[in-house]
Amino acid sequence: MSIHHHPSDELLLDYATGALGEAWSLAVATHLALCPHCRAAHARLDAVGGAFLAGTSPEVVSGTVLDNVMALLDEDEIELPATPAASAEARGIPILPNPLRRFLGGDLAAVPWRRLGMGASQYVIPLSDHGATARLLRIPAGKPVPEHTHNGLEVTLVLRGAFADATGSYGPGDLQEADETLEHQPHAADGEDCICLAVTDAPLRFKSMAARLVQPLLGI
Amino acid sequence: MIEHDAPDVRELDALLESVAQNRDRTAFKTLFDHFAPRLKGFVMRQGSDPHFAEEVVQETMVNVWRKARQFDSARASAATWIYTIARNMRIDLLRKINRPEPDMDDPALVPDPAPAAPENISKAQEAARLRAILSELPDEQQEVLRLAFFEEKPHGDVAAELGIPLGTVKSRIRLAVKRIRTEFGEDE
Repeated sequence: MSIHHHPSDELLLDYATGALGEAWSLAVATHLALCPHCRAAHARLDAVGGAFLAGTSPEVVSGTVLDNVMALLDEDEIELPATPAASAEARGIPILPNPLRRFLGGDLAAVPWRRLGMGASQYVIPLSDHGATARLLRIPAGKPVPEHTHNGLEVTLVLRGAFADATGSYGPGDLQEADETLEHQPHAADGEDCICLAVTDAPLRFKSMAARLVQPLLGI
Repeated sequence: MIEHDAPDVRELDALLESVAQNRDRTAFKTLFDHFAPRLKGFVMRQGSDPHFAEEVVQETMVNVWRKARQFDSARASAATWIYTIARNMRIDLLRKINRPEPDMDDPALVPDPAPAAPENISKAQEAARLRAILSELPDEQQEVLRLAFFEEKPHGDVAAELGIPLGTVKSRIRLAVKRIRTEFGEDE
């Protein structure tokens, strides 16, 4: 997989500090599963967290905390079974990586798509944290997504196929960050439907009146 | 601020490895004595009260024991590994969500490329160098990193708190990250 578009340093930092909400974290974590380069960058940010922890002034901890911890260790000598990685491989390599599969409750074939119109489909991923929406989008090969700007932020991670807009072309593993300054009309590449994980914190703003009229019906 | 008998980074790694391999309670107790007060201080600096901070300390240290076998000193120093456990525990306790993370055993994960040259410095040495680099960053870059980690603030909120434009916060983050990346000899 050759990835050309990576999360910004700021997005990766917010993920490393734990400040990033669940939906955005899902997109970043799924990109990390596909991108060893960003895993290394993220490990360095974790190391910054480790350095801050190491340099923090100690605070006296009540004796009961150690007692509680030691008591919990005593209960804990039952060995957890090792993850059966070999059997997962025997079942074949999944198309979608974790943590996305875990959130979907299965691989791509199990996604209960809902039609959006114009051949496109979506599935809104159930989350515990409602600060932003994560959805899978499927745009038919060669077809456009209506031209739109954003009221807030949008992060798009390509999982299959590809799309292109004025900023460049995006293939599997590529992650695009867009905000209110970007007006774009993404087009799915020919050949294969484009499947993306799209995270938004506000409704999109479509340029054409027709698209704006149907937007409430489509739920995007 | 340095305690005379505080174990150094490499000793901390060795203690954690002994917990993993030998279920060594004495080593665990030494790790607890070293990290628990720092974890409590860290979580309190994030704005939590002492009671909640101790809850995070307790859950984090129990997980250090449970997950010790996952610790790999080639990937992270003990402080970094424990930081990640505490971060996830705090998210879990405060927001009741599991932080979405890649699964290193997932067959769909794209594996790391084989290193071009054998790594000649350990993560423990890297951790020591990183602390030196952080202290040499310009104050304004240290400040955004400190706010991001200690106050667990998204960078947009950091901009609001400092009363500076978002673009300025972004460029400070990028400069700091670039400095760290350059120091560890990574090409763009």
